[in-house]
Amino acid sequence: MKPVAFEYVRPDTLAEALEVLADRRAEAAVLAGGMSLGPMLNLRMVRPKTVIDISRLPGLDRIETRGDRIVTGATVIQADALVSPVIRAELPLLALALPWVGHFQTRNAGTLGGSVAHADPSAEIPLCAVVSDATVVLRSRRRERRVRAGEFFVGALSTVREPDEIVVAIDWPRASPGEGHAFEEIAQRHGDFAIAAAACEVVLDGDGRIGRLALGLGGVVDRPIAVDTQAVAGAMADGGTAQALARRIAADLEPMEDHAATADYRRALAQVLIERVVMRAVAAARGKA
Amino acid sequence: MSLRVAPDQKQRVALTVNGKVRSGFAEPRMLLTDFLRHELQLFGVHVGCEHGVCGACTVLVAGRAVRSCTRYAVQMDGAEITTVEGLAEPDALGVLQQAFAQHHALQCGFCTPGILLSATQFLRQNGAPSEAEVRDMLSGHICRCTGYAGIVAAIMDAAAKLRGE
Repeated sequence: MKPVAFEYVRPDTLAEALEVLADRRAEAAVLAGGMSLGPMLNLRMVRPKTVIDISRLPGLDRIETRGDRIVTGATVIQADALVSPVIRAELPLLALALPWVGHFQTRNAGTLGGSVAHADPSAEIPLCAVVSDATVVLRSRRRERRVRAGEFFVGALSTVREPDEIVVAIDWPRASPGEGHAFEEIAQRHGDFAIAAAACEVVLDGDGRIGRLALGLGGVVDRPIAVDTQAVAGAMADGGTAQALARRIAADLEPMEDHAATADYRRALAQVLIERVVMRAVAAARGKA
Repeated sequence: MSLRVAPDQKQRVALTVNGKVRSGFAEPRMLLTDFLRHELQLFGVHVGCEHGVCGACTVLVAGRAVRSCTRYAVQMDGAEITTVEGLAEPDALGVLQQAFAQHHALQCGFCTPGILLSATQFLRQNGAPSEAEVRDMLSGHICRCTGYAGIVAAIMDAAAKLRGE
């Protein structure tokens, strides 16, 4: 099995990579860890004329603290993110999700930016980005552009990235000290694509009621989504609230159907997972109070 | 200097494999798997699914277990690679390999080289793993003989032996 014949370009600088991409546009594919693009090339699901390898570009593999933000470069390898003390301390939701990303062997090559740019509907890193309200940083020869994760993903393997743009970083808000987090997913086999995944961030108010609750689902519809949780602001942080919220959200979903699961099964999983992540995030927030 | 290789151009690729500098030629679309087998005659690198799922082609690149089928030989110039051929001397097995033999952890043997390399990195990072951690690492490999029980036992035993127990 081989990809179509392609030209291989390994630029030394981001500027040169952007030059080549501006020239080739949609005929080029950007390669980092190859955990998504590699299979698609080998299966000839994509047939680029040029592959631009950004995996060795200097400066894209850093994890930086900038005030109340953490900026993770596009080519930060998932295995490195998993053991990063900065990510563990400042981006606890991402830290909880990373062990669910692929397998030990794929995390050794796969990158944070690659997962975001590829935009698989069930991918964990995009889901965290949406729930945390992270910003995707794009660069082209023309400009730098910043897009909120909630607006970046538009469908399965589909984003608002323009053909001449490269995802260069993800810019995350640092978690506040009292925030509780939880991440859960169901897959056929550990490390497989999630049939459904849920992520939650919660801050409790002074009375132990729900202050701010951010909640999202992956693998259920064609992209990671944040769900509206306005209704539970100020509610008791208990099982009844979590159950009612989960039931209401699940009822409104129009889940995908594929070889792995029916729409009804996905809806049922979403309901169970929402209830679980809300209760676990609340417990985590209480532990920090 | 930046590198550009035309689709039908054969690029010289030099890398260190099992401690020796080796080189060969590759078009951009040549998988690292095929390069290691056909250019360097390292047939311990097995070809399974060729899209990153089964783990048969796993090798160590700079000490990390990765799929060799989802990267391309042209990317690998200067890399340091270990294949199963580099895990032991030709006439002696390493601790991990001995444990595989002892615990009947290989049946047809097709998945074995990849699993040995993954387990090598895994045990370097985690000398005292739990069985659950071993199974988590193993989720990245498919053994169609379903010999997982023996594989888990072998890795746990090798970990103990490497700790001197």
